[in-house]
Amino acid sequence: MIVAFRHKGELANPLIFFLMVVVFIPLGISPEKAVLTVLAPGMIWVIALLATLLSLDGLFRSDFDDGSLEQMLLSPQPLPWLVLTKIVAHWLMTGIPLMLLTPLLGTMLYLPAEGYLPLMISLLIGTGSMSLIGSIGAALTVGLRKGGLILSLVVMPLYVPVLIFGASAVNEAVQGFAYTGQIAILGAMFVSALVLAPFAVAGALRISVNT
Amino acid sequence: MASWQWFHRLGSPKWFYEKTTRWTQVIGWLALAMLSVGIVWGLGFAPEELKQGNSYRIIYIHVPAAAVAMAGYYVMALSGAIGLIWRMKLSYMVMKCAAPIGAALTFAALFTGAVWGKPTWGDYWVWDARITSMLILFFLYLGVMALQEAYQNQEAADKTCAILSLVGMVNIPIIYKSVDWWFTLHQPATLKLTEKSSIAPEMAYPLILMIFAVYMFFAWLLLTKVRVEILHREVKTQWVKDIVMGAK
Repeated sequence: MIVAFRHKGELANPLIFFLMVVVFIPLGISPEKAVLTVLAPGMIWVIALLATLLSLDGLFRSDFDDGSLEQMLLSPQPLPWLVLTKIVAHWLMTGIPLMLLTPLLGTMLYLPAEGYLPLMISLLIGTGSMSLIGSIGAALTVGLRKGGLILSLVVMPLYVPVLIFGASAVNEAVQGFAYTGQIAILGAMFVSALVLAPFAVAGALRISVNT
Repeated sequence: MASWQWFHRLGSPKWFYEKTTRWTQVIGWLALAMLSVGIVWGLGFAPEELKQGNSYRIIYIHVPAAAVAMAGYYVMALSGAIGLIWRMKLSYMVMKCAAPIGAALTFAALFTGAVWGKPTWGDYWVWDARITSMLILFFLYLGVMALQEAYQNQEAADKTCAILSLVGMVNIPIIYKSVDWWFTLHQPATLKLTEKSSIAPEMAYPLILMIFAVYMFFAWLLLTKVRVEILHREVKTQWVKDIVMGAK
């Protein structure tokens, strides 16, 4: 995490990407308020997903390159725990800033006022699941020289449930319905990913490093 | 212990290759026979549907392809798991070969669905739950294939694909359910094992036959592909050389 702070550019890149794509939507579709209000919840979610995806490639890359990943594998600490700390750091560095940026983007896309709170809650939990699931993909492709695109291909189908429930929580809230159900399901996904993903990542890293 | 011997023998590509020489032919002919009977029966002799007319007949390709495409993913993921647990070379080969066949069947199901959708729903593509989850299944297959292609090292490719397909297998029910919850237009499954089917028996029999036929076809394709893969990977061994020399 400290390392991430040293490279401020890398920290900011997903956020700038997030912001730029949001600017593209009115430019590409329509700057009218009626259109953007309808699109806003889903669009913000899709872009947040893409921004997370872009940042995943760096998750294990530098550790793999300088050999500290091998040190992690050899260390007496259980590997899933070590991996989990990496993932939590990734989430704090991408998910949380993305979430904090959303009110600004919501305003730019005329998100109705009742949508902000569910959007932030759903992104808070959802980006956690996305970091966890995505780290499996990152671990599988870290041994590849050009893993970035493959990583996206592999991970994107797995993001479908998170996207559906995250975006629908916001949509329901905007239409004035209760959204706690969707948030609860997002939470369930997050918890199960939290339990299962570190083991899958640990297994994948062992393979990627050993061969 | 003796009852487990067959399982250990499965680990030997040579034994598998020799045994399946006969099976492949039998299964291949059986698949061909069932497919031709099923197609002629379904397309030619089954009664016409009341509302949809003849266009419903595409069900005889659509449903079997979709069913086997989903089963194919489990074949792939389970053989990947067997490979990871018992470290069998052979099951990795099965996994690798199942992916493109499954992807092709998923594509077939999507394509026939699109052709069928035009006269029935008025559009080639509808954003409906089952169609979308089929499409995601297609992407999962493509992801496994892309990962397999990306690695130069065969062992790494096998193991990473096995993990990926297992992760995908855990996710399939979640994806399926969440997409289902999201939007549904597609009719529920027509054939049910436990309840009474919502399809007339004269239409159902050829459909069931076709499903089995496509399973057979899948098995035949898989065996054939695995046999080729075995020869390809074991090309340096003496027994493969003997076979190739003997064939000439």
